[in-house]
Amino acid sequence: MTTHYLVLSGLLFAIGAMGVLIRRNAIVVFMCVELMLNACNLAFVTFSRQVGNLEGQIIAFFVMVVAAAEVVVGLAIIVTIFRTRRSASVDDANLLKY
Amino acid sequence: MSPWLPILMAVPVVGAIVVALLPKGSDKLAKQVTLLVSLVVLVLTGVMAAGFDPDGDRFQFTAAYNWIPSFGVKFGVGVDGVALVLIALSAVLVPIVVLASWHDADGVKTADGTLITPKRSVKTYFSLLLVLETMMIGVFAATDIFLFYVFFEAMLIPMYFMIGSYGGAQRSYAAVKFLLYSLFGGLLMLVAVIGLYVVAGKSTFMFPELVGAIQDPTTQKWLFGGFFIAFAIKAPLWPVHTWLPDAAAQAPAGAAVLLVGVLDKVGTFGMLRFCLELFPDAAKAFTMPIVVLAVISIIYGAIVAIGQTDMKRLIAYTSISHFGFIVLGVFAMSSTASAGAALYMVNHGFATGALFLAAGFLIARRGSPFISDYGGVQRVAPVLAGFFLVAGLAGLSLPGLSSFVSEFMVMIGTYESQAHGSGALTVAAVISAIAVILAAVYILWMVQRTINGPTAEPVKAFKDLNVREIVVLAPLVALIIGFGFFPKPLLDVINPSVHQTLTNVQVPVSTIAEKGTGQ
Amino acid sequence: MESEIAQITQHTGGVIGNAWLMIAFPLVGAFILLVFNKLTDRWGHLLGVAMSLASFVVAVLAFFELIGFGASERRRAVELYEFIPNLDLKMGLLIDPLSISFALLITGVGSLIHIYSIGYMAHDEHRRRFFAYLNLFVSAMLLLVLADNYVGLFIGWEGVGLASYLLIGFWQFKPSAAVAAKKAFVVNRVGDFGLLVGMFVIWTTFGTLAFKDLYGKIGEAGASDGVMLAIGLLLLLGACGKSAQLPLQSWLLDAMEGPTPVSALIHAATMVTAGVYLVVRSGAFFFPEGSGAALAVTIVGAATLLAGAIIGCAKDDIKKGLAGSTMSQIGYMMLGAGLGPAGYAFAIGHLITHGFFKADLFLGAGSVMHGMNDEVNMRKYGGLRKFMPITFVTFFIGYLAIIGFPLLSGYFTKDGIIETAVHHAPVLGWLAVLGAGITGFYMSRMVFMTFFGQKRWADDAHPHESPAVMTVPLMVLSLGALGLGAWLVLGGTLYDFLIPSVGGSAAEAPKFNPFTTPGLVTLALVAVGAVFAWMRYGRAEVPAVQPRGSFLTTFARRDLYGDAINESLFMRPGQWLTRLAVFFDNRGIDGLVNGLAAGIGGSSGRLRRIQTGFARTYALSIFIGAALLTGALLLVGTI
Repeated sequence: MTTHYLVLSGLLFAIGAMGVLIRRNAIVVFMCVELMLNACNLAFVTFSRQVGNLEGQIIAFFVMVVAAAEVVVGLAIIVTIFRTRRSASVDDANLLKY
Repeated sequence: MSPWLPILMAVPVVGAIVVALLPKGSDKLAKQVTLLVSLVVLVLTGVMAAGFDPDGDRFQFTAAYNWIPSFGVKFGVGVDGVALVLIALSAVLVPIVVLASWHDADGVKTADGTLITPKRSVKTYFSLLLVLETMMIGVFAATDIFLFYVFFEAMLIPMYFMIGSYGGAQRSYAAVKFLLYSLFGGLLMLVAVIGLYVVAGKSTFMFPELVGAIQDPTTQKWLFGGFFIAFAIKAPLWPVHTWLPDAAAQAPAGAAVLLVGVLDKVGTFGMLRFCLELFPDAAKAFTMPIVVLAVISIIYGAIVAIGQTDMKRLIAYTSISHFGFIVLGVFAMSSTASAGAALYMVNHGFATGALFLAAGFLIARRGSPFISDYGGVQRVAPVLAGFFLVAGLAGLSLPGLSSFVSEFMVMIGTYESQAHGSGALTVAAVISAIAVILAAVYILWMVQRTINGPTAEPVKAFKDLNVREIVVLAPLVALIIGFGFFPKPLLDVINPSVHQTLTNVQVPVSTIAEKGTGQ
Repeated sequence: MESEIAQITQHTGGVIGNAWLMIAFPLVGAFILLVFNKLTDRWGHLLGVAMSLASFVVAVLAFFELIGFGASERRRAVELYEFIPNLDLKMGLLIDPLSISFALLITGVGSLIHIYSIGYMAHDEHRRRFFAYLNLFVSAMLLLVLADNYVGLFIGWEGVGLASYLLIGFWQFKPSAAVAAKKAFVVNRVGDFGLLVGMFVIWTTFGTLAFKDLYGKIGEAGASDGVMLAIGLLLLLGACGKSAQLPLQSWLLDAMEGPTPVSALIHAATMVTAGVYLVVRSGAFFFPEGSGAALAVTIVGAATLLAGAIIGCAKDDIKKGLAGSTMSQIGYMMLGAGLGPAGYAFAIGHLITHGFFKADLFLGAGSVMHGMNDEVNMRKYGGLRKFMPITFVTFFIGYLAIIGFPLLSGYFTKDGIIETAVHHAPVLGWLAVLGAGITGFYMSRMVFMTFFGQKRWADDAHPHESPAVMTVPLMVLSLGALGLGAWLVLGGTLYDFLIPSVGGSAAEAPKFNPFTTPGLVTLALVAVGAVFAWMRYGRAEVPAVQPRGSFLTTFARRDLYGDAINESLFMRPGQWLTRLAVFFDNRGIDGLVNGLAAGIGGSSGRLRRIQTGFARTYALSIFIGAALLTGALLLVGTI
């Protein structure tokens, strides 16, 4: 009964993952990360339903809170990088290496 | 429960905090406070030592507080004779080092005004020194093996910074080398400490309760190895010695004195107390290889010392030779040799301390540690030259100076030792006696090239020792000569605890009455 | 004969009970002079002399107290304090005929040389330091001879070595002096190695290092002959180092770099005889008559007496010539010391008379140098007898004594050794006779080159007699050189006196008889030598520049190639070994350590390239890792 939800969750996760790997624009990468998180949320809620307790749903809320916090910090960083380098490409921000 | 040792350990660390918290610009006050604190420790140690009863219990002034109850770790302290004299050695050396390092962090200038080392934080240096004093007292006083391990490793920290921040040109290389070597040994020891705890199954780390706890010879050998390698690196024994010349050459003279004079003694002290008593069968099984390493150290250290061009490196190599003697004495399985080794630990602290400090005073005047940059110091600075010579003579164990008594006891005890049949250790003693000749070569050749000969041009501007510097060296020389003719007070304290150690190793403590029957 | 050695009696009180004062006086002197430094510059030399004299007074008083006891009670032990409890060692003094003889010689001749030095060192700005070292020497030497155990003896032994080091290097700003000082110490240390190991064996075998306990234990311990021989040879090695005997002789000639009073006191009269003392002191235990060890002693002695004499023949430096002769004379003493109780008395007798006449000769040489701008080359002397009459007369007396001119000191003692040697070991004895002849030659050569013949001075030389403070000690010493031998030897005075210490018995006292074959041959050879020297150096013109000599002359001039042998056998290989060891340490051991560090550093340097800085690469590796992990878990069936 819950198989469809799980398949959808898997598809969303895969799309998000591919986006993170393929896209250069930081905003899009960022959105793909959010997509993966939400795919996980979907899986959590589905399992919660399947197993019959509320723990999965509680975790989903935690994930949302973390995601919200991440958006706040992440977007701020992206905006700052864009301001200084006139580019939102993640490949341009490669100074932190070796 | 005696409060003496906790108080002794608390005073320097409190002093260190006070010194560190002094307002900016109060460098002079920081030095004075440090000196005062170290003198207080010296006086307290003296009063405590006076209350030590050589014929009483083995561990005196004991105290134990629960620390990590779930593992049975205690803050357990107490001293036997050997630990007491080593604590006294530390307490004597620290104020001397404080006085000797008075200007070390101020930015050292040579006679002609060139800056050798830049100005660095004075407060940090002196508070590190006091922290180190706490650690040194703690490591000798610990009767809980876990506590001993903690101090053993924690000692590295202040010394690392003293070398790494206040040393010579290659200080960071030397400091890292020193740290890595010691950490490597320390981690092996940690494994052995945990192994000891688990295998003994007594839920305690207290040394007196663990003596005799491990009976299985194979287990003993493994655990012995863990402890011994850590101590051999610390001591340092050939072939894991190369960190010492670098560290001692780069460290400021005062730190070098504490490094070679006290910190390295933890290695030989640990061998005597932990390696021998906890793992007697393993110690006996490994006697021969260790004696071979010790003899190699003695001869090799002396030969390499002859070829050095840098005074401080030379002194460091002489110490490797001397540590060979101490290790030889510890493992010779004879009470005379072991007592000699314990005595040597103290005497070497005085002798090498004086030599490092005198060399440091030379270097502070010329700005170069290289022997070839000197010559004819005797003419311009006779007092400095005189102290340098006396310290050097102590380094070559001239009879009448304290190091002779200990070296003689080690060699004669090794010679007479019957461990491993009569021949092996006898040969070891005879070979090590060759170092007597080599010692004369390395010391006197250095003296010839620095003190004697025509006065080199840059040396002509040398000032003789000032009052502070004389006050630094005079007590050491007095101790060297005093214990050279009257070693009995030290031996009376050392002997009972060495006898106890050897009884635990089941080596018959030869009494004088048994002698003279001939062989 | 051993039974004749007297038991040691414990002693308290009186002068002997306070004999440590003998050691303490000069020690305090040295301490004051060194610690109070320049404050004592003005009166330091007087303090030094006073302390030495004080020691002498104590020694004389102790001597008279000692002879107040019966012969069998003349060995008095004084306990001072407990030294090393582990070795059951108490520091103590042994006042017996042997040690008191030495103490009198050391403090007596020592005091005279102290006085002489006031004049000799008057113009040296460091005179105070000189007296400090001299005091230190006297103190250490007294500890050496008075100690009642081998460790105390060894402390004194090294103490005199230190004083010798400091005094040879007194003018340390001269590189040659600094090198000579170091050489003396190092070569002595080779000997000390022997003494040290000898002590190990003694302790392990007998369980004591104190003389008085050894007496009881030698017999009952039942040590094997091999052990006894080993002890004897090891002690002999020690003695060879200190007494400049073959093969450890090379330092003595270089030691002449020191001021002349030092050469007189340390390198002629007292310190270099410490080896003889050691052999005689240990004689009853480890060098019994006829043992292998005693034979070794005599061989070393005979070889050195010839070697020293040959070296003495070729030296133009007056001090080095005397140094060669010192080696040679100590060779005689060693020879005597290996011959058992009969030889001991003559060895010690010769040691005492030699102390006087050799100090006399050295101080005379010093007086000559003092008047000749410190010139030491005898080829630049000549005809000095008219300008330095007192020096000449005293030197001449010393000269007659050393060549064994009848009725002077050296005659009695040296002849005694030769007679005893011919009696006990004929080959060595006749070598000693030959040595006496050579002595006659080289000492005459020295006297003729210095005091007779034509002037060969440098232009700026103004020879003059030395001040009274120098000549009076010379006169006192030459009195000793004149009469001491007769007093000691005739009637067996010294022999009887020494019996409690070294054995022998009054009944067997050797009678002095000059009209024996060896005695007459010796006299004849000495005369031949002297006449030969007269023809070569007295009557004939002495070339101002050293002529090229024959092979033998070069051999002697180069000190029998002693230094060359040392250099090629020990110093060069030693230097190579040192360099090799340093290289091995830096490149081998430390190279291994640094190599390990460099290896880890290098591989981490390559590995870190993986950190490219591209966030998406990291993401990819995370995904791959996660995928692999999931796959692995699926495979093992956990999921």
